[in-house]
Amino acid sequence: MPSNYTADRQPGVLRSLDWWTIGIYIALLTFGWVSVCGASYTYGDTEIFSLSTRSGMQIVWIGTSICLGFVLLMMDDRFYDTFAYVIYGLLVLLLFATIFNPHSIKGSRSWIVLGPLRLQPAEFAKFATALAIAKFMSAYGFTIKNWKHFAGACGIIFLPMLCIVGQRETGSALVYLSFFLMLYREGMSGAFLFTGLAMIIYFVVGIKYEDILLWDTPTSLGKFVVLLLVQVFSSVMVWVYVGDKGRMRLLLTYVFGITALALLFSEFVIPFDVVWVQLVISACVIGYLVYNAMNTRFANYFYIALFALGSIAFFYSADYVLNDVMQPHQRVRINVLLGLDEDLAGAGYNVHQSEIAIGSGGLQGKGFLNGTQTKLKFVPEQDTDFIFCTVGEEEGFLGSASVLVLFLCLILRLMYLADRQPFKFGRVYGYCVAGIFLFHVFINVGMVLGLTPVIGIPLPFFSYGGSSLWGFTLLLFIFLRIDAGRNLIRQ
Amino acid sequence: MKNYDLEKRRLVLSAVAIGIVAIYIIRLFALQIASDDYRKSADSNAFLKKIEFPSRGTITDRNGKLLVYNQPAYDIMVVTNEMRGHLDTLEFCKALNITKADFINRMVNIKDRNKNPGYSRFTQQLFLSQLSDKDFSAFQEKLYRFPGFYIRKRSVRQYQQPIAAHVLGDVAEVSQSDIEDDDYYQAGDYIGKMGIEREYEKDLRGVKGVQILLRDAHGQIQGRYQNGKYDQRPHPGRDIQLGLDANLQALGERLMEGKLGAIVAIEPKTGQILAMVSAPTFDPRAMIGKLRGKYQREMTLDPAKPLLNRAIMGQYPPGSTFKTGQAVTYFTEGIVTDSTRYPCHHGFNFKGLHVGCHAHASPISLVPSISTSCNSYYCWGLYHMLSNRRKYKTLEDAMNVWRDYMVSMGFGYKLGIDLPGEKRGMIPNAKFYDNAFKKWNPLSVISISIGQGEVNLTPLQIANLGATIANRGYFITPHVVRNIQGKKLDKKYLEKHRTKGSIKAYQEVIAGMMSSVRGGTCAHAVHPGYSLAGKTGTAQNRGKDHSVFMGFAPVDTPKIAIAVYVENGGFGADYGVPIGSLMIEQYINGKLTPGDEARAAALQSRHISYSFKRPLSRADSVRLDSIKRVNVIRDSLKKVREKQDMAVAEKLKEAKAKKDAEDKEKKKEPQNDPAIRVEPDTKVKTEKKDKDKGDDKKEKDKEKNKETRKESKENSKDKEKPKDQPKDRPKEQTKVKSKEQAKDKPKERSKDKTKGQVKDKPKEQIKDKSNGQSKAKQNSKEKVNRAK
Repeated sequence: MPSNYTADRQPGVLRSLDWWTIGIYIALLTFGWVSVCGASYTYGDTEIFSLSTRSGMQIVWIGTSICLGFVLLMMDDRFYDTFAYVIYGLLVLLLFATIFNPHSIKGSRSWIVLGPLRLQPAEFAKFATALAIAKFMSAYGFTIKNWKHFAGACGIIFLPMLCIVGQRETGSALVYLSFFLMLYREGMSGAFLFTGLAMIIYFVVGIKYEDILLWDTPTSLGKFVVLLLVQVFSSVMVWVYVGDKGRMRLLLTYVFGITALALLFSEFVIPFDVVWVQLVISACVIGYLVYNAMNTRFANYFYIALFALGSIAFFYSADYVLNDVMQPHQRVRINVLLGLDEDLAGAGYNVHQSEIAIGSGGLQGKGFLNGTQTKLKFVPEQDTDFIFCTVGEEEGFLGSASVLVLFLCLILRLMYLADRQPFKFGRVYGYCVAGIFLFHVFINVGMVLGLTPVIGIPLPFFSYGGSSLWGFTLLLFIFLRIDAGRNLIRQ
Repeated sequence: MKNYDLEKRRLVLSAVAIGIVAIYIIRLFALQIASDDYRKSADSNAFLKKIEFPSRGTITDRNGKLLVYNQPAYDIMVVTNEMRGHLDTLEFCKALNITKADFINRMVNIKDRNKNPGYSRFTQQLFLSQLSDKDFSAFQEKLYRFPGFYIRKRSVRQYQQPIAAHVLGDVAEVSQSDIEDDDYYQAGDYIGKMGIEREYEKDLRGVKGVQILLRDAHGQIQGRYQNGKYDQRPHPGRDIQLGLDANLQALGERLMEGKLGAIVAIEPKTGQILAMVSAPTFDPRAMIGKLRGKYQREMTLDPAKPLLNRAIMGQYPPGSTFKTGQAVTYFTEGIVTDSTRYPCHHGFNFKGLHVGCHAHASPISLVPSISTSCNSYYCWGLYHMLSNRRKYKTLEDAMNVWRDYMVSMGFGYKLGIDLPGEKRGMIPNAKFYDNAFKKWNPLSVISISIGQGEVNLTPLQIANLGATIANRGYFITPHVVRNIQGKKLDKKYLEKHRTKGSIKAYQEVIAGMMSSVRGGTCAHAVHPGYSLAGKTGTAQNRGKDHSVFMGFAPVDTPKIAIAVYVENGGFGADYGVPIGSLMIEQYINGKLTPGDEARAAALQSRHISYSFKRPLSRADSVRLDSIKRVNVIRDSLKKVREKQDMAVAEKLKEAKAKKDAEDKEKKKEPQNDPAIRVEPDTKVKTEKKDKDKGDDKKEKDKEKNKETRKESKENSKDKEKPKDQPKDRPKEQTKVKSKEQAKDKPKERSKDKTKGQVKDKPKEQIKDKSNGQSKAKQNSKEKVNRAK
């Protein structure tokens, strides 16, 4: 045990720092800078280091980020724990204030302009929220099974989210959903995540196959499949959450039996809309579940019934929202994503051009600064949200796949680090960071590849811009500092 | 405090992360490696290939005189984005001399992505093409007032003199099928359409250059790809020197003014074409630029068919010029020797067949037979050759030997001149007659010996016959191109083709042709400066005779061989000889004497009046079709009847001698007579219609020839048959002919009492043939009584 607590601290931090993560961080920054050079380069430019170009500015951002990271490491790890709520409170106030900011850029009010600097508080709110929720959940006596505690945690997440939605930055707001990954790790029922997944499946399947008929019957394939899925999910849940295999078999037998009979009848005897039969079956399933809930006093039956009812309600309301509430351009976006529409000149243009850019890269890419698709501005937002196009075009399959693998390593490493934290605060915070990175990579790369909806969020360490770079650096280095202190704190 | 159950959830989350990355990598693989489409899309997005056009090769004559060169023309281009809202349309239209409706129409076409797939409002689009120098300079002054309009320079073909249109050909924008055949071409490119321009397209056009430019998302040019590393400079086309002599060609075209026909002059030693005139001709300058389409349409409708290159596409009976080839054949085969003499009593009389001739000494040997152009000599020659069973086992063999001689002289097949559209002419063989006549004997085909009947040659083939004689037995495939810049001439234009004729035979023929100049049929052609050998021809046909001349000079060191063919020009001496002799003089002396200049001027203004029928209307052709169909039915009925008759005749023949058979034929004749009798007016009409049909068919033939270039002789016959004119033509024709002859005789041929007799016997025989051999060429029925 060191005699002088403070004197010993510095070498200890550096010694126990996770250099693997730092290495990945540096690698990603380098890759990112190369990509920004490629994306922002225009023909005739010779100075990629000049401050008047974006590549030059990005060097400044990278430099300041590294300094910021160093400063963060120098601070006492207990600082973050102590001031978590203060930081959170300040940033929520800032976010709230930004809603009324008169300077709007591209219709979004998420920017604060300070002289030459333009900052996006939403990027910084992520680490603040992560700190706050970590502090909240590490409090003595917190348990996620407790409804009040769970609601409190959700409140901490939704407060900044609402502010950001108010700034019309829906994309950034969605990032806060990634905290549920952490909540899952901390014991939240998997049913919540499953419900979320199920909703997405209902939506995609229901909308995509809505206008396709099932065999020769006047039945919408989308609706039919969704309702059948609701019944099957509910039945399986009976097994998973109640442990009653017999009842599941009973339910499934009836569901499939009646469905099959109805289908055959509609196909060969009198054509009618089988969806009605499905609704009746669903109602019966729900009724049966409620009956069981009453009878056995086993609350899970009730929840499952709720799930089934909620699913059906969600599906029909989503359908209604899509067709009757949404603006046409929003509908087009969704249709393009689902492959129902190919609007290459309009909504599908970005994605189509980014697919061309990536696809034209081939195995090895066209080489640094040789991409035509990005140089000639065919891909919009190519140095921010669509930066991954440049990677794909100039570095090819090898480059872009290695970038993805690097991100995967970072995320897995972060989860590993989080799990080795001695205190809940560090672990919760670590999972928040991992979740945020995972969500960003998932959405950003997915949209460039045409797999997820176009949601304007940056790719960590790649997209041009100081705010996002600083934001991610803050997230990462605070966690690294907490991690570095794991042994000392125990003493 | 660790919850191991929850710690497992890290694995679930890790699995999710790994799953996502794995799916994305698979997607990357699909986009980047599995498919090449994206690369192509990216290239077509980014690269703008700007074509740089090479200059087309020039064409000069044999003395280096420029014939065809390039002249700048101007296209007007528009960038619609820059034009909008700033243009005074009215003034613009005025400056370009177009109407407002035209302007709007053009704009709509430019913006229509179906018609103009490369449309972008940021790049130059073609608004108007090939503005002439004059229009352009007027427009250029005002150009600054029309924002968004630009000028693009191109070059068009220009001609130094209005000569040799058929040989030179022309260039025009490529058609859709040209683009499909050769991916070198893109819409708007130029391609040679006729003549040399087409045949030597690949040499003349050069190689296009390309500049690869980078184009951004708005279609604006951002610079050159890799600083022009992949750009290609255009290679200019090769210049071509023709064997043509511009002065000779010009004289030939002057002399043929107002006539239909052709002149072909060949340098015997090399096979180079010195002049190739097809009359009527047209001014090649009319075929440039915007007005090309209009002129071409007009000329297509012209009944004189100025677009037809008669020198290689016209197939005519060669008349007496053919006798030279016959003499070579008989002599080489030993059928005749210098001492062989055949009788001629105003023609060839044998077994009731009469082929007329004019007054000269009889019997006659080879040399004088050429100088007097005795028909009888050649009829006897062919008769003896075909009926010589000691030398040839069968009639078919003899016929085919004869055919082989003709083919070796370049007849019956395309010679292979380097011009598109050459015709092969017609040389019958045994199988042809088997098909046409069923039964035939030497007498049935006797007319081919004097260049009538089934025999057809192109003027080029006649000239080549002259060159062959001048060379004493060989020829080099005639060709118009003498030299291609930086490239060797095709080997086939250097090879000697030796005919089957012996040198001795050719020397005999030359002696004949020389004596014909000294005191025979070509007496007018004689010129003090050089020795000349010549042969006239008067080719019979439906109308007035064609005037033909074939000759070469000087005899010992031939520099020029020539064929002149003037349609309906009368005797060979009327047009053929004077035109031929003037041409020879021009070429050998380089100029005409003042006296000959005056003769040339007189010849130039001597026009022949041709009566052309109006072009066929749709209704007409429908009517003709139905007539034809009726005729076909009638013919087939006749054939059936004939077969029955034949069967009967066969039996009788076995019993009786040949004479009996002949008698029988005579008996048949009156039966046929009434069937053929038609009212005089109708006859003339039908004949004209037939002529029309013939013309239509010529076009079709052209296409057919392309496909089946190397068909065997056998095939050719089968094909020739259907091509032939309506089956019952012979009868009508005979009638018409006799009628016309009757008319002509008093006017023009009253002096020639020896000719033009339509004796009863030949007529009968021919009618018989026409019954039995309805499919034979029309000329076979012509009586050969007047060939000279």
